[in-house]
Amino acid sequence: MELTGAQALIKSLEHQGVEVIFGLPGGAILPVYDPLLESTIRHILVRHEQGAGHMAEGYANVTGRAGVAMVTSGPGATNIVTPLANAMMDSTPLVVVTGQVPTTSIGTDAFQECDITGITMGITKHNWLVKDANDISNTIAEAFYVATHGRPGPVLVDIPKDVSNDLIDYAEPDDVSLPGFKYISEPDPEAVRQACKLILEAKRPVFYVGGGVLKSRASEALKILVEQTGIPVVTTLMARGAFPDDNPLCLGMPGMHGNYTAVTAIQQSDLLIALGSRFDDRVTGKVSEFAKHAKVIHADIDAAEIGKVRVPDVALIGECRRSIEELTRGLTESASQLSKPNENLLPLDIGDWINQINSWKETYPLSYDKSESDTIKPQYVIESISNLQEEGTIVVSGVGQHQMWASQYWKFNNPYSWVNSGGLGTMGFAVPAAIGAKVGRPDKAVWAIDGDGCFQMTAQELITSSAENIPVKIAILNNAYLGMVRQWQQMFYEERYSEVYLSPDLPDYVKWAEAMGCVGFRVDTPEEVIPTIEKANEINDKSVVIDFRTDITEKVFPMVPAGKSNDEIIVGPFGKKS
Amino acid sequence: MSELKNRHHIITALVENKAGVLARIAGLFARRGFNIYSLAVAPTHDPDISRFTIVVDVESAPLHQIVSQLDKLINVVEIKELDPTEALERELLLTTVNADSRSRSEIIQIVSALGGSIVDAGISHITVELAGTPDTIDTLEELLRSFGIVATQRTGRVALPKLRTENSFETGSRNFKVFN
Repeated sequence: MELTGAQALIKSLEHQGVEVIFGLPGGAILPVYDPLLESTIRHILVRHEQGAGHMAEGYANVTGRAGVAMVTSGPGATNIVTPLANAMMDSTPLVVVTGQVPTTSIGTDAFQECDITGITMGITKHNWLVKDANDISNTIAEAFYVATHGRPGPVLVDIPKDVSNDLIDYAEPDDVSLPGFKYISEPDPEAVRQACKLILEAKRPVFYVGGGVLKSRASEALKILVEQTGIPVVTTLMARGAFPDDNPLCLGMPGMHGNYTAVTAIQQSDLLIALGSRFDDRVTGKVSEFAKHAKVIHADIDAAEIGKVRVPDVALIGECRRSIEELTRGLTESASQLSKPNENLLPLDIGDWINQINSWKETYPLSYDKSESDTIKPQYVIESISNLQEEGTIVVSGVGQHQMWASQYWKFNNPYSWVNSGGLGTMGFAVPAAIGAKVGRPDKAVWAIDGDGCFQMTAQELITSSAENIPVKIAILNNAYLGMVRQWQQMFYEERYSEVYLSPDLPDYVKWAEAMGCVGFRVDTPEEVIPTIEKANEINDKSVVIDFRTDITEKVFPMVPAGKSNDEIIVGPFGKKS
Repeated sequence: MSELKNRHHIITALVENKAGVLARIAGLFARRGFNIYSLAVAPTHDPDISRFTIVVDVESAPLHQIVSQLDKLINVVEIKELDPTEALERELLLTTVNADSRSRSEIIQIVSALGGSIVDAGISHITVELAGTPDTIDTLEELLRSFGIVATQRTGRVALPKLRTENSFETGSRNFKVFN
């Protein structure tokens, strides 16, 4: 069948089962947009290419499938660099197709030329410059394979305009053959045995659960392992919802803004079982002081994560779900071999440890000051939205204080219901990611918890949501500041506030929302919070933006100051014993 | 010098011979802050595969971290550390030294004693070549220094595993029991 390269590309994407592309056309990608008119694939026209990338990430996070974005060369391509870096950090499967100037012009500084494969080499799992239209179908098959296998991540395929225009004899892709792409699915049985031995000997064990558990769709397997062992669980920022918050063994989020119990349980553990987590500096604090007395079992699909930050006692290299299942199987086996008659080794006999943890929970719960009745506390807004949602509502956040409060105060009882920018910390992530999440799960309500600073970075994508009829709800916690920076300046720079004031009224968020085809509300008092959320919940045909005027001075606690040991956790504004 | 040598480890990698592979490898070293001491690359007998010999300084990061990050590159087909006792190592040196009528014969003597040869000579200089182990090349460079070296180019190490260990060539992915 004779096709142009562009037609072959669209056909290849259809062949991969792509339902939706987030994108924006331009010169070098023009040939590809023509056959799109006849394709079954839905195209969502964004207002800025960064939006396309974050939408694709939101889509990928809630569906588990690769998100697809398509943009033109030069500035189109550079505008999607941030989402690629974001997806690389958070292991989100993404396939980005970029147009490129014709092969005959490459290297001549042609109009809208830029070396996007060079630029993105370090922030993609792999990228390809396709120089022959006959390679398109195989390259697209390889791209999806690489993005979704092993540790997921973003890839980029750069297609010069003449390659899109060339006529070729289209053939379906061959089986993917990438001799250098290797990953291990099954953990080493000997390592599993060693891990089981450590678990059965542990007195103060903790499961340190990271985003890898969600990437490998291992929530169910984890639940079984936790029930079997009785070991408490902390879920990192990337893993909120991987284990339900309403389970008494769930201790919540660890790290810089983790709660006291999660942080301290890790610090005092004698066995840390890291499942798909990577000992990020926001979790460990000062590495040499992190869980100093703990042995470590580290399960990860990426062999390069093993020993990168903390050298484990046992490494389980493999798919997280398989490692978890093998631990469950191995523990049953080991327990029956090691137990004396009439003795049960499972669940573990760790009552003292659980009691200790429960007393921390009681003494140092997450809390905020509820005594001031005239100001809206941001935590109260998040709790209220969370309480007024049906089970399974998806919540998305930007980056900063509101993100930490969302992670702390939203009740996460379902996996794949939390989308945020963890590793890169990309302000402006929430609005486009929420739109992408809604496209992926139109059956679910999608709320974004956003900051006023973040909202201003990517709000224009709400035009996309109105034009494409993708209704989402955005709660702006408007404290008129770049709040997290303000918090650091207050705590660590002697209240010398430098370039952090934004103003509560500029822009007028309600008018802005209405101008973008959304419904806008403004909430000034605590009494209006719940009724306005209820009103927003009733609106299903338009996007809703709520401008919550929240307490300007509110800070995120607990907090472990950067570079300090987790033992130096500050629980509240008045120090440890708040 | 010997302390520096202890920090140097040889990595040998077979990679797909595709455009941009050198940039991918060099870029990875740069962005992760790993130090390259020397790097040599050329196609193998299979024109689709090139062999990299990279001498790395493990002061910057543990060797296993360097190897496993490199192993993640899609174009890297096989990679492992070469233990010096299990490896054949060679390097080529070209160097031009000052040579007048009085020093000329002494230089020629030294070069031939170490197995090198003269590739060019003029009234005031001699250019010599030596292919040998890095140690031999260090020795020659040292001995020629007193005559006055005008210019030097070393190729960096190339290496192959000795044949009896070839069968145990591994990709490195699963060898994590030893972390020293």
